[in-house]
Amino acid sequence: MASRAARLLPLLLLLGGCSGASILRPGGPISANNRTILLNSLVIMLAIIIPTMIATLAFAWWFRAGNDKARHRPEFVYSGRIELIVWSIPLLTILFLSGLIWIGSHDLDPARPIASKAPPLEVQVVSLDWKWLFVYPAQGIATLNQPVIPAGVPIRFRLTSASVMNSFFVPRLGSQIYTMNGMATTLHLQADRPGSYYGQSAHYSGDGFSDMNFRLQAVPAADFTRWVAGVKAAGGLLDGPAYAQLARQSQHEPAKHWGAVQPGLFDRVVAQHLPPAPGPEQGRDGQPQISPGTAE
Amino acid sequence: MFGKLTWSAIPFSQPIPLIAAGGVALALFAVLGWITAKGHWPYLWKEWITSVDHKRIGVMYVLLGLVMLLRGFVDAIMMRTQQATAIGHAQGYLPPEHYDQIFSAHGTIMIFFGAMPVIIGLMNFVVPLQLGVRDVAFPTLNSTSFWLTASGALLVNMSLVIGEFARTGWLPYAPLSETTYSPGVGVDYYVWAIQISGVGTLMSGINLVTTILKLRAPGMSYLRMPMFCWTALGANMLIVAAFPILTATLGMLALDRYLGFHFFTNEAGGNMMMFVNLIWAWGHPEVYILILPAFGIFSEVISTFSSKPLFGYRSMVAATLFIVVVSFTVWLHHFFTMGAGGDVNAAFGIATSIIAVGTGVKIYNWLFTMYGGRLRFPTPMLWSIAFLMTFIIGGMTGVLLAVPPADFMLHNSMFLVAHFHNVINSGVIFGAFAGITFWFPKAFGFRLDETWGKMAFWLTLAGFLIVFGALYVLGLEGMTRRLQHIDFTEWAPWLYVSVGGIGVMMLGVASQIVQIVVSIRNREALRDETGDPWDGRSLEWATSSPPPVFNFAVLPRVHGEEPYWTIKRTALESQGLGDEPDYEPIEMPRNSATGVATAFFATLIGFAMIWSIWWLAALGFVGAYATFVVFAWRDEEEKAIPAEEVARIDRVRRAARQAWLDANREQPA
Repeated sequence: MASRAARLLPLLLLLGGCSGASILRPGGPISANNRTILLNSLVIMLAIIIPTMIATLAFAWWFRAGNDKARHRPEFVYSGRIELIVWSIPLLTILFLSGLIWIGSHDLDPARPIASKAPPLEVQVVSLDWKWLFVYPAQGIATLNQPVIPAGVPIRFRLTSASVMNSFFVPRLGSQIYTMNGMATTLHLQADRPGSYYGQSAHYSGDGFSDMNFRLQAVPAADFTRWVAGVKAAGGLLDGPAYAQLARQSQHEPAKHWGAVQPGLFDRVVAQHLPPAPGPEQGRDGQPQISPGTAE
Repeated sequence: MFGKLTWSAIPFSQPIPLIAAGGVALALFAVLGWITAKGHWPYLWKEWITSVDHKRIGVMYVLLGLVMLLRGFVDAIMMRTQQATAIGHAQGYLPPEHYDQIFSAHGTIMIFFGAMPVIIGLMNFVVPLQLGVRDVAFPTLNSTSFWLTASGALLVNMSLVIGEFARTGWLPYAPLSETTYSPGVGVDYYVWAIQISGVGTLMSGINLVTTILKLRAPGMSYLRMPMFCWTALGANMLIVAAFPILTATLGMLALDRYLGFHFFTNEAGGNMMMFVNLIWAWGHPEVYILILPAFGIFSEVISTFSSKPLFGYRSMVAATLFIVVVSFTVWLHHFFTMGAGGDVNAAFGIATSIIAVGTGVKIYNWLFTMYGGRLRFPTPMLWSIAFLMTFIIGGMTGVLLAVPPADFMLHNSMFLVAHFHNVINSGVIFGAFAGITFWFPKAFGFRLDETWGKMAFWLTLAGFLIVFGALYVLGLEGMTRRLQHIDFTEWAPWLYVSVGGIGVMMLGVASQIVQIVVSIRNREALRDETGDPWDGRSLEWATSSPPPVFNFAVLPRVHGEEPYWTIKRTALESQGLGDEPDYEPIEMPRNSATGVATAFFATLIGFAMIWSIWWLAALGFVGAYATFVVFAWRDEEEKAIPAEEVARIDRVRRAARQAWLDANREQPA
């Protein structure tokens, strides 16, 4: 099965044009496994779908009214044997696929740690209107819209939202997961090689949603340590008041760094000790903004 | 006095909605002016607006649906062109606050006010005819259902110029839809439009379920009902079970927004995940509400044009009921990415794939219906073959999305957008077009022009394949949906391809319009004299085209699965139509303005609630209640059609059938 899938791959890549965000060009173990399951399922189903499509066209052509060679059998309206087959084929296919689903869902559960000799690095992610905050608790630093991770090291993302739902998605690294206020979700990803990976919010979150994309930089471990030191040296403190300021709605935010982060900031956001973001500034206090025309 | 409503609600600074609204208003006034000038108002009022005839209501439903499909298609054109012109540093021509309304309105209009009315309209028109009865169980309720749907459609379209529409997507996920993040009236427009039309849909579901369970021609047992009636029964049972969930969910959202409740808020113990759960507990059955009747249409069309009964009829009934039950157990696949864990995701992934078994069985049975047939290929059959070919692909991508690890990468992507447009277009929309072309002669007495119909078919199919083929690729390329501008320039080529595709689709839509115009002009040449233009098999073809108000002068006696086919065979074998029956007077329900009056007051309530005009809401409520009281205390509910009149009408039909018999005398099949 895997070899057939592999043979199909070049065709799909050709179709996909192989762009820098393609989910068919995995950059890590999670996306590689996701892709394998995707392609295996595709091949299993194509095995029955292609013959069905050919049969449809063949029957429609052969039994056309003008074809005298075709035998007209108006009484052929039931056959126990055919019914047995038409229930069995989809049922067996789905049974087969169900095994794949069961195993895949457990193996690739986003909360499941990636087996690796390297200890995982924890990165805390907060989706804000409309930007991404990345906190590195062990390093005590934070960045806005510019995640940097060491390549070859499993990353344990813990995610939440300051306001509405978003979905954290780096296509070439694999699985996405929702961010929700008052809750934390967990996602394990890893970039095998250094590089720049396109990432975005995959769940619509309001007017600034289209700008919620970023480039995730995977760098060699040594470079990562150097980068952390650089951010620390540059200074700046992300604490409660600074976070509250950050949580106000804004778009096109440039990348930003904080050399120090108040410990437990992420957990205080999850526990709503830092309150949910206020939403649009205009239209509050009983004067709702009623038409987009009046917004500015 | 007018709540939040002020002149600032009209977007004078926004040329696009103003010009669009101006155009619509101009067209509307032109039509109204033309009706007034020609003096058609009394006719419209008596024959259509207050009509409780299921055929008239069905036609009005389909007409409303088609107009709204066109409206939603305009949104689609704007979305495709906006994305293609907003790549890199470009921003296109629609700012986010406008673009976000457009994709929200597109989904809302297409599902609630386009696809649903067309499908419900076809069921309304066809089901009583196929069952061999004179009307639905509750004719006045039927009229009320339709007008409430129209009221919802009106409110959604008013939001174009008065205020704004929701900027939340077609399902207003909390907490984005809560007042904190959506303080405007957009979400309120959504809530009230869907609540009002949702009540209409629920009543329509109750009506059709009752009709199918309680009103059938003598001898028509459940296992003699045409396949379309079975799928209609399935769909309407789903409506009865699922729509209350929608009403309750939006009711809770309204309580949050209006009275400061905390069902789905971030604060005070609200739970946004519950909104997502509840809305999809309705939302997933909803897609089967749309697709099941379409499956019924394809069953009728493929059987008729293969000149064969439907293959594996009982198996098809079983597959339909299987889908009805399983459709309620799969909703969680809409949020595998919420982090529920392996067991839950796997269970719902498997349940979702299992639903494909029922659909697979249906596809094979349609194939074997064609096997051994004598296939004709008029437009309805072309739509059906295209459905078989493309729906399989949509089903396959659906099962791919049901595999959680694959969904983790495809969720909310353009691949998902391509998937559901694939199944809804090739299933519901192709089905609707097949059904409309198939039953058009029954409704209006003349066929639709085949040349333009085929042109429309090929253009629509080609455009559809190009647009959604490109979107599938974009999804694999990692592109997510609902982007107002695209920072990632590598997606550009496929976005351009999809714009080209929608251009082809526009030509298809234009051909459909030309088809209708040409057909009306050539109606004498396209006239259906016999009432049976396609050599049909079920009872609707036993009536004249269009059928008389009472459908059947004498209710037919049913002896098998294909009653009208049997009647035709018997007539050909015995070389006669049989003796003229004893005609009796027929009691038919009277016209009633109840439906349109209720909807008028419901519109007032909706508009008043949206804009917080409390006195108007109270007035609307009192008016609606008064309408109900007046209807409940009516004296006469039926009018009798005398036996002579019934005989006169039916003799015309018998004469046409006799002429058909004489023409076929030489070659009995």
